[in-house]
Amino acid sequence: MSLARRIIPCLDTDGSRVVKGVHFEGLRDAGDPVELAARYNDEGADELVVLDIAAARDNRPTFLDTIRRVAEQLSIPLSAGGGIRSLEDARAVVRAGADKVTLNTAAVDRPELIRELSREFGAQAVVLAIDAKRENDSWQVRVRGGRGATDWTALDWAQRGVEMGAGEILLTSVDRDGTQSGFDLAFTAKISRNIGVPVIASGGAKLPQHFFEVFTEGAADAALAASIFHDNVQSIRALKSFLQARGVEVRLPC
Amino acid sequence: MIVTLIDYGAGNVPSVARALTRLGAEVRTINQPEELTTATCLVLPGVGHYAALLNSLDSHGLRHPLLTAMSRGIPFLGICLGLQAIYQTSAEAPELAGLGLLHGHVDQLPQNVKRPHMGWNQLRRLRDGQLLRDIPSDAFFYFAHSYAAPADGPATAATCEHGRAFTAILETERIFGVQFHPEKSGAPGAKLLENFLRVAT
Repeated sequence: MSLARRIIPCLDTDGSRVVKGVHFEGLRDAGDPVELAARYNDEGADELVVLDIAAARDNRPTFLDTIRRVAEQLSIPLSAGGGIRSLEDARAVVRAGADKVTLNTAAVDRPELIRELSREFGAQAVVLAIDAKRENDSWQVRVRGGRGATDWTALDWAQRGVEMGAGEILLTSVDRDGTQSGFDLAFTAKISRNIGVPVIASGGAKLPQHFFEVFTEGAADAALAASIFHDNVQSIRALKSFLQARGVEVRLPC
Repeated sequence: MIVTLIDYGAGNVPSVARALTRLGAEVRTINQPEELTTATCLVLPGVGHYAALLNSLDSHGLRHPLLTAMSRGIPFLGICLGLQAIYQTSAEAPELAGLGLLHGHVDQLPQNVKRPHMGWNQLRRLRDGQLLRDIPSDAFFYFAHSYAAPADGPATAATCEHGRAFTAILETERIFGVQFHPEKSGAPGAKLLENFLRVAT
């Protein structure tokens, strides 16, 4: 009896449709978020993340409506984010049915935002998403969909985020994202072993072996993937059986 | 079956309402004391900060009518913070008095494990209770919390462990509490809510 490692499908949306791309670029349509949410809920997903990667200001009502319709399908937790810049943005997402709010660029621009959300919703509802790119021996935080550089190393920023009240870190390797070449294990382990909140690993998943590695060598508490689930390359239940057979605690039956 | 859901502004009120509605309950969401006097079944959901819950109960004048309803034997289910509030105090806001229906102090989970305790975990059943009826013993439930009630009270029906053991389910004749989120816990969570509705009828 111990806490299960989580498998989390991610729906990157343009507000209303699921889209996908490699290295945050070359987006194409990958389906209806409401249909995919219902499918993942039934297939044993432990949680669902819905992101608005377009995050255009005038598109907000559409994204909030997507959150509402996705939440109606779920009996598992839902995180939502993309373009959240203020407490008011976060309130709208929570009111629409998200259990957790995911912050990224806006938190780098103004770290105090993390504290404001944590005070209002509790640390368990604030997920700090960190996109990072390897530069020599460190991982540097990137913003604006991976395009913008910052002065933060991922570990320093994760520690700062936790101090400010983040209850979870969603860690994406920009180098691995969309490549299906496996999670960046050294990066994940470095962050996960050095901070006191759960870490969700993201970027590069394809094979069940990749998940096994990120939960063992990578010390991840949860692992996130998108296209391999959307395209039926990998069933969530089969993935969990694979992990369970190798001694990783997962939620089965589910 | 009409369920009165106490809305103090917590984020998970709509999902609790939705889960109960799916089970056929008629859900009434309230935050005024007079609306408590006619309640026949009470649910107190909660996420966030202990102080936000207790302060909100007090600022809406809900504490006394809630305690009165509970002492009248109106079935009550507290979820997450709603369970923690049943005890006397919490380390999350030591200056505030809890509802104090059960002895004990809610304390932070130990530092040697990741906090919040976030995700799906299993329970250890201490006795056959109402809420876990017909739910497989290896079922997982979804937790998201950093504070927890002591594991050893007489009302504790099931415990969970994360760094230390804590109360996951408490049951007295009419007062129930769950530290996890049944509204987010898939089929076992729905079954648990159904069991509560049956007891409450």
